[in-house]
Amino acid sequence: MATYTTNQFKGGLKLMLDGDPYSIVENEFVKPGKGQAFNRVKLRNLKTGKVLDRTFKSGESVEAADVLDTELQYLYNDGEFWYFMDPETFDQVAANKAAMGDAGKWIKEQDICNVTLWNGEPLQVDAPAFVELKVTQTDPGVRGDTSSGGSKPATVETGAVVRVPLFIEEGEVLKIDTRSAEYVGRIK
Amino acid sequence: MTDSWRPAATLETLRARAELLASVRAFFRERGLLEVETPTLSAAAVVDPHVESLETAYQGPGGPLCGQLYLQTSPEFPMKRLLAAGAGSIWQIARVFRNGERGARHNPEFTMLEWYRCGWDHRDLMAEVAALVASVIGPRQSRYHTYASLFTPYGIDAHADAAAKLEDAACRIGLVPPAALSRAALLDLLWGHRIAPELGRQGIDFVYDFPVEQAALARVRQGDPPVAERFECYVDGMEIANGFHELVDADEQRRRFLADQATRRSCGQHVPPLDERLLAALRAGLPQCAGVALGLDRLFMVALGARHIDEVLAFPLERV
Repeated sequence: MATYTTNQFKGGLKLMLDGDPYSIVENEFVKPGKGQAFNRVKLRNLKTGKVLDRTFKSGESVEAADVLDTELQYLYNDGEFWYFMDPETFDQVAANKAAMGDAGKWIKEQDICNVTLWNGEPLQVDAPAFVELKVTQTDPGVRGDTSSGGSKPATVETGAVVRVPLFIEEGEVLKIDTRSAEYVGRIK
Repeated sequence: MTDSWRPAATLETLRARAELLASVRAFFRERGLLEVETPTLSAAAVVDPHVESLETAYQGPGGPLCGQLYLQTSPEFPMKRLLAAGAGSIWQIARVFRNGERGARHNPEFTMLEWYRCGWDHRDLMAEVAALVASVIGPRQSRYHTYASLFTPYGIDAHADAAAKLEDAACRIGLVPPAALSRAALLDLLWGHRIAPELGRQGIDFVYDFPVEQAALARVRQGDPPVAERFECYVDGMEIANGFHELVDADEQRRRFLADQATRRSCGQHVPPLDERLLAALRAGLPQCAGVALGLDRLFMVALGARHIDEVLAFPLERV
């Protein structure tokens, strides 16, 4: 069983707690000058997404979570599960809604996604940081209309809605930052 | 790696730091204390179970037979030897080292301001700490709290409650204490997570009269309950200084050191040798005095509005 000591704690490190895999979000070293040292840690449950605070005695060891980050190709979804394939081994896995988070809003078939596997099961799927998607619906922008701050909603081919500048028209392809859900630019 | 040769602090901050250091020196010069320099190296070391020394090896004539030397965690022991030798009130700015301490407010090598006032007690010295702090960060109101009074809102008697009761209190306020913490460690947990972060938010907060288990090198005042004449100073939720009405009883000091060594042995920690030269100095006679150690990097953080200690250090641990 692999373990980590608190000295190895840092953002992103994966641990087992109460039988569930967690990822460290924040790690703070807390020590009164002449007192016990603690690591005060914010952790995200990789199954449920819930964030909790936990305190460890500095120097304590914690079981490592057998978690693997891997690049998989998105195949299709059946409304309940999203299916991914390892392009080299052709192994397939199915990710549920909790694991998908917002990633399902941005991906198209054959996109390569970072999939976090725990005991072979997808825990978390991250869409590529930037995606290129075609606009399927948007109202024509009205010149001089500043009431909406110079932007309007546009629906893209995956069904997601993003705020775009008024000059964007249906059929154009947009570059979108999936982490902030923001329009970055037009693909010409 | 490519950029790690550069300083962590901006040159502007390093210039401001130099000005602050000059103002600290001026403070002590005006008050007429003697500036001293004592060695960073020591053949013995602190035995406090929560303070770890860095070790180093000396090879050559004159050193201890084993060659092992420690880097000081504070200049307290040699400064007390100077006091026992009749130096009068003294101060110094020293580089000190703590093994295993690294975080937003910790670097294993840092700068400590330490001073001693002969004939003073901890109350006199708290007032002077407030003056020094204000001279560096600007005027602020001081407030004084006993250690126990800060636990009262949590329904805790810090001097008497057993570990089980402290654990319950910690759980009630949403902490999950690691298993099998001692009474002292549970107090530290509550202190570090809930109490200390709120201190020094409006002014300078002083905490005094600590539980006797946390007496360290402070004298104990008998009473109900007996308390350690120790204080700490907080600014912006950060511990800035720790001071004592100094214990001058050599036998009592030896008993505490031996108890600390026993704790270290039972926890499988390294057990450094006792500082017999300090104990000999106490036997020869340490004058009645109060002393304080103040973390200058943290005080400069407050003065310069820094949130991370690296912002005020040229080369923190990862860049040495």
